[in-house]
Amino acid sequence: MATRKSARKPNVSADELKSYYRDMLLIRRFEEKAGQLYGMGLIGGFCHLYIGQEAVVVGLEASAEEGDKRITTYRDHGHMLACGMDPKGVMAELTGREGGYSRGKGGSMHMFSKEKHFYGGHGIVGANVPLGAGLAFADKYLENERVTYTYFGDGAANQGQVYETFNMAALWELPVIFVIENNQYAMGTSQKRSTSTPDIYTRGEAFGIPGEAVDGMDVLAVKEAGVKAVAHCRSGKGPYILEIKTYRYRGHSMSDPAKYRTREEVQKMREEKDAIEHVRDLLLSGKHATEEDLKAIDKEIKAIVNDAAEFSKDSPEPDPAELWTDIYADVAPQNA
Amino acid sequence: MTTEILMPALSPTMEEGTLARWLVKEGDTVSSGDIIAEIETDKATMEFEAVDEGTIGKILIAEGSEGVKVNTPIAVLLEEGESADDIDTDAPAPAPQASDDDSGDKSDSDAKADSAPAKPKTADAPRPDTSPDWPEGTETRKQTVREALNAAIAEEMRSDSTVFLMGEEVAEYEGAYKITQGLLDEFGAKRVIDTPITEHGFAGIGVGAAFGGLRPIVEFMTWNFAMQAIDQIINSAAKTLYMSGGQMGCPIVFRGPNGAAARVGAQHSQDYAAWYAQIPGLRVVQPYSASDAKGLLKSAIRDPNPVVFLENEILYGKSFEVPVLDDFTVPFGKARIWREGGDVTIVSFGIGMTYAMEAADKLAEDGIEAEVIDLRTLRPLDYDSVIASVMKTNRCVTVEEGWPVASIGNHISAVLMERAFDHLDAPVINCTGKDVPMPYAANLEKLALTSTDEVIEAVRAVTYR
Repeated sequence: MATRKSARKPNVSADELKSYYRDMLLIRRFEEKAGQLYGMGLIGGFCHLYIGQEAVVVGLEASAEEGDKRITTYRDHGHMLACGMDPKGVMAELTGREGGYSRGKGGSMHMFSKEKHFYGGHGIVGANVPLGAGLAFADKYLENERVTYTYFGDGAANQGQVYETFNMAALWELPVIFVIENNQYAMGTSQKRSTSTPDIYTRGEAFGIPGEAVDGMDVLAVKEAGVKAVAHCRSGKGPYILEIKTYRYRGHSMSDPAKYRTREEVQKMREEKDAIEHVRDLLLSGKHATEEDLKAIDKEIKAIVNDAAEFSKDSPEPDPAELWTDIYADVAPQNA
Repeated sequence: MTTEILMPALSPTMEEGTLARWLVKEGDTVSSGDIIAEIETDKATMEFEAVDEGTIGKILIAEGSEGVKVNTPIAVLLEEGESADDIDTDAPAPAPQASDDDSGDKSDSDAKADSAPAKPKTADAPRPDTSPDWPEGTETRKQTVREALNAAIAEEMRSDSTVFLMGEEVAEYEGAYKITQGLLDEFGAKRVIDTPITEHGFAGIGVGAAFGGLRPIVEFMTWNFAMQAIDQIINSAAKTLYMSGGQMGCPIVFRGPNGAAARVGAQHSQDYAAWYAQIPGLRVVQPYSASDAKGLLKSAIRDPNPVVFLENEILYGKSFEVPVLDDFTVPFGKARIWREGGDVTIVSFGIGMTYAMEAADKLAEDGIEAEVIDLRTLRPLDYDSVIASVMKTNRCVTVEEGWPVASIGNHISAVLMERAFDHLDAPVINCTGKDVPMPYAANLEKLALTSTDEVIEAVRAVTYR
């Protein structure tokens, strides 16, 4: 990690560092397993992996309080694991089984947990941004001092409804943090080729929304920025923008031929900027943990992920009757 | 234990592929994320990454091999401390997966059996609920549709503090069509909210607020503008309950005037009834009278599902009898029979009812007694009332202002064919708007809509009189 410019002596406890390491590793191993199950045909359709971006959600979750809400796009597995959802339920949803969070009816892109205040899992680029502001609207209306983390990508940042939402969120001082996970590629189109200005966080200026760029490969920097943004929102000052510069190692989805960037570019990020390696390095160099300690964590994570995978294979497919449930909240649907 | 590396599926549709190139050789160590091979699918050449770490013990499929089936072992990975000798060459074939042909076919046919469409039912006449909307002897008062809608919103806002109203010009201007008159004064700016002119954005904020525990009423100045927001109405509001396995409901009302007004041209004159009626997860309401406007809007605000509430500008000023009751509601899925008759069934809703009723009056002068049914809600739709009536009259004409292709009338015709074919003595005729964008010129606009005369003509055709 000698190449990391932002590296400084962090004021952080050994336990905290270990929990970041553990949480990020869980996401990575989970996603690797998901990729494997996809390759085996156990997971179908679209499957967008979060590998490389782990520090974003783990850092921000460290800034959240009980009751704060989160909503994101379709690259959502990491967010769910980071907010404490059960890896078994997530993996079983990926395999489309009864034990999944949506009982197999949502899939990779559509999972929710009221208990963990996770509001999805949305598949239309940009559409979850007003939804997140709406959640914040409800919190403000109900005067319960909660904050909503609304995650979206650099690609979604070019959608019109995002700016409609910025305007209303600022106008009505909604407690929403707009988290732009800038992984530099909107599917296969680089930011340079799709976005007129390099710093997306400055786009809030037109609406009076403060924003900042954050090193998304440094979980401590992300947490620090999250704490600042949360304090801003919770004190009633309205929305805040965090543009978190991150990097996705895998393709946009499983069927991405990756012709839009070089193998060297990906390899360089992995070798020089990897968020998990960074924390591992801090743990070892600061003598907060031994190789043995970390191996024990690795082993624990591997077991959790393997259990989730087994559960997702063993859980039965949803009952055919499930086809007709949950269309209306109160009654069975009407057959024409 | 050695690990088999299997031929991966690299797209939602891939069943086999070409192992184009190995980037590792036997004896190489790999860690997870390393690219080990290139695989050609039907769409592209893709890099294949190692998932586990270890040493490549044996390559089972040589590079250049074509037609390698997904899940075929292509190499063997050795963990720390293992050697190539540990490879069991008689390794059994991988266990069948869920995507295996056999199990796939089986579950497919099971599902088909369970979800087979209901067989045509022609035996018993359905017995629809024909109870009156309010008890006999209840005092009624003349009220316009506009006043009725206003009263419904105010009453529900008084009884439930989570109900709020948002939209363009709903507060200080008191509504572009004055539906929200006086509401800002009574409920304040926290609950009656003027939005910027950004339908896509505020519809989404409304849906999010509903997820967050509120009961929003989102007014669209007209439904034409809601096309900017249709993604939020359908993808976010209507589908989330299903996608969340029942966890995340969306109690919201989207409302505003729908359909043609008068001389406002093509972009401001469209009937969306058939569009929204197609969407599972939505309730779709289109009232005609003031009592229905009031009773159905109150039901809509209390409904735990997203409701598309289609009003009509021309009807706003029309007066009807409305019962004087503390809490008057009309249930969804219950049609109203406005006029009984034995010669023909005329089915309509919303402003279409004005043509239907006028036609029925004129036909009666010639001794043709029409039964006029107002559907009131299009989703759920009261099929039983329509079928029971057609079993009595054996003839049916539908009336709506929307376009003819895939109209509500088309749907009713299809249902009648399935469920009452033997009772029909004539083909069902759909009176609809013409298949053209709405023209501006007064005479052309009139021609583009359906009319009382067209309804009369249709009834004469199906009654052969």
